[in-house]
Amino acid sequence: MTGNVTGDVLAVRNLDVTVGGRKLVEDVGFTIGAGERVGLIGESGSGKSLTALSVMGLLPEGLRATGSVRLAGVDHDLVGADEARMSRVRGKEIAMVFQEPMTALNPTMRVGRQIAEVLLIHRTRPDRASARAAAVELLAQVGLPDPAAAAQAYPHQFSGGQRQRVVLAIALANDPALLVCDEPTTALDVTVQARVLDLIVRGVQDRRSAMLFITHDLAVVATACERVMVMYGGRLVESGPVQEVFTRPRHRYTQGLIGASDLTVVDDRGRLATIPGSVPPAGQFPAGCVFRNRCAHATEACATRPEWVPTGPDSGYACFHPASESPASQSGAHVKGTPMNQEAGRG
Amino acid sequence: MAEQPTAISVRDVTRVYHRPRTSLRHPSPPVHALRGVSFTVPQGQRFGIVGESGCGKSTLLRILAGLDRPTSGSVAIDGRDITGLRERQLGFVRERLQLVFQDPMSSLDPRMRVGDIVAEPLVAQGHSNRRERVAELLEAVGLRADAADRYPHQFSGGQRQRISIARALAPRPKIIVADEPVSALDVSVRAQVLNLIADLVEELSLTLVFVSHDLSVVRHVCDRVAVMNGGQIVETGPTEQVYEEPQHSYTRRLIAAVPTLGKALSGVSAADLNREY
Repeated sequence: MTGNVTGDVLAVRNLDVTVGGRKLVEDVGFTIGAGERVGLIGESGSGKSLTALSVMGLLPEGLRATGSVRLAGVDHDLVGADEARMSRVRGKEIAMVFQEPMTALNPTMRVGRQIAEVLLIHRTRPDRASARAAAVELLAQVGLPDPAAAAQAYPHQFSGGQRQRVVLAIALANDPALLVCDEPTTALDVTVQARVLDLIVRGVQDRRSAMLFITHDLAVVATACERVMVMYGGRLVESGPVQEVFTRPRHRYTQGLIGASDLTVVDDRGRLATIPGSVPPAGQFPAGCVFRNRCAHATEACATRPEWVPTGPDSGYACFHPASESPASQSGAHVKGTPMNQEAGRG
Repeated sequence: MAEQPTAISVRDVTRVYHRPRTSLRHPSPPVHALRGVSFTVPQGQRFGIVGESGCGKSTLLRILAGLDRPTSGSVAIDGRDITGLRERQLGFVRERLQLVFQDPMSSLDPRMRVGDIVAEPLVAQGHSNRRERVAELLEAVGLRADAADRYPHQFSGGQRQRISIARALAPRPKIIVADEPVSALDVSVRAQVLNLIADLVEELSLTLVFVSHDLSVVRHVCDRVAVMNGGQIVETGPTEQVYEEPQHSYTRRLIAAVPTLGKALSGVSAADLNREY
């Protein structure tokens, strides 16, 4: 099979990431359509970054991905592809924006050259001069004042937000079919985050690129994406259009997460809704439903793994006791007064 | 509310830092971290300070805690001026005012047991019956008593922040200064820690100074807020009022730039967040 017939840019099937027999990501599958902006949310240890790194072929040593990751226009599976093949795809068909712009840039190289490099390596510009001119143009597109001078500067001469814009310029240089962003605005101030977010969304829209946007911030995903996937404990637990998932969550984890992140809703004592306990460390999630040890609705049925219940072409959830479909209040997640010390006895 | 005695009073505080030279010809320009900051916090108030990096909020906190001195101006804690005092005379500040930091991993000594971490302020102040007090504190922040025998790395981020809070409460302070205490936490844990802080402030009738870059967290926690920008307080007032009717253009921009679920679902795009006000 070459490419795929459905018009999807990315198709991930049965993706597992394992380390020493422990599954950190389990049976993750999703597709991203051309030009579609999809968010992947989850807390630390949910496996969202590992999923992105598997797509990029950048898993740290010792971690192994199995399953299938297909990218439109690439005639081989990205899982298990060797470095020579991956480096032809990376920076061209897929590009990535990382959380920490300082570590993503080369501190000893002028910014303009770093952008020109990705154009020359993939031979999308014929010569140095035109690559250099394109680099200045890209710096202008990400809104850096005086792009010609910026191209001559080193990364340390920029602020955090400006560095992230340089990283974005490099990622967008070859008009990738898919841009993967891993918490690109988490380290930034609010007003700078707004600017970078705007540039990212405009950048992918102008190029009709698809986007996989990873973050723990629900509001950021709702602002930047059309569809959202929720990960917990290494699995996809719910996915669907942003409007659907955030107003009528079905999985109890999604419901709890939305409740806990809403700082405007309090109970009669002025306290926020919470999810009891804390996220277990990777590999120590319960068998069956991964959320059942923190879920107020868990029953014995949850000891077996819940099947994916599709609710649309790109939406569904994996829960035995889903929240009702009506856009009711998220009362189910309000478990008050649960002792938090149950999680202390570990280690 | 009747006139409460003042817990913290800051009068026209400035702080100028001199950076090392980077040129042979000119000295580096001085950094004006604080330019004339004044405010008072009555006892029992939950006072928020919001601002972005470089606005001077960390310098202000250090000065409040007696860890740094203002270049000019004065700071009084419980009516006593602390600006002219020597280090050894600052003991009362350490008893009255305690800090909770942002990153519970770097603010807890990895080689100390949790019990010793929590007891350390008590040791410094020569208290007896420390074991009992530690157990009481751990319970107050929702940790099991056997947590005392473990090390910080055995706890999750949220639990570590509970440990920091227990340590801060150890000397029975009346004022807690919290510097971005929930910014490093997962969403599902953040709400737990915010609730814990609210419970403790209420039960122990503490005065809270809560510093954050996140206006929506401050809105939830605080009665009053000061917005800082460029080393100055550009706006201050009751939180709800500042949030609903921001007067200063910087405050308006800050509020507009915060993405919220509600805004996003009613169609506010990334471009809208980035609009100038």
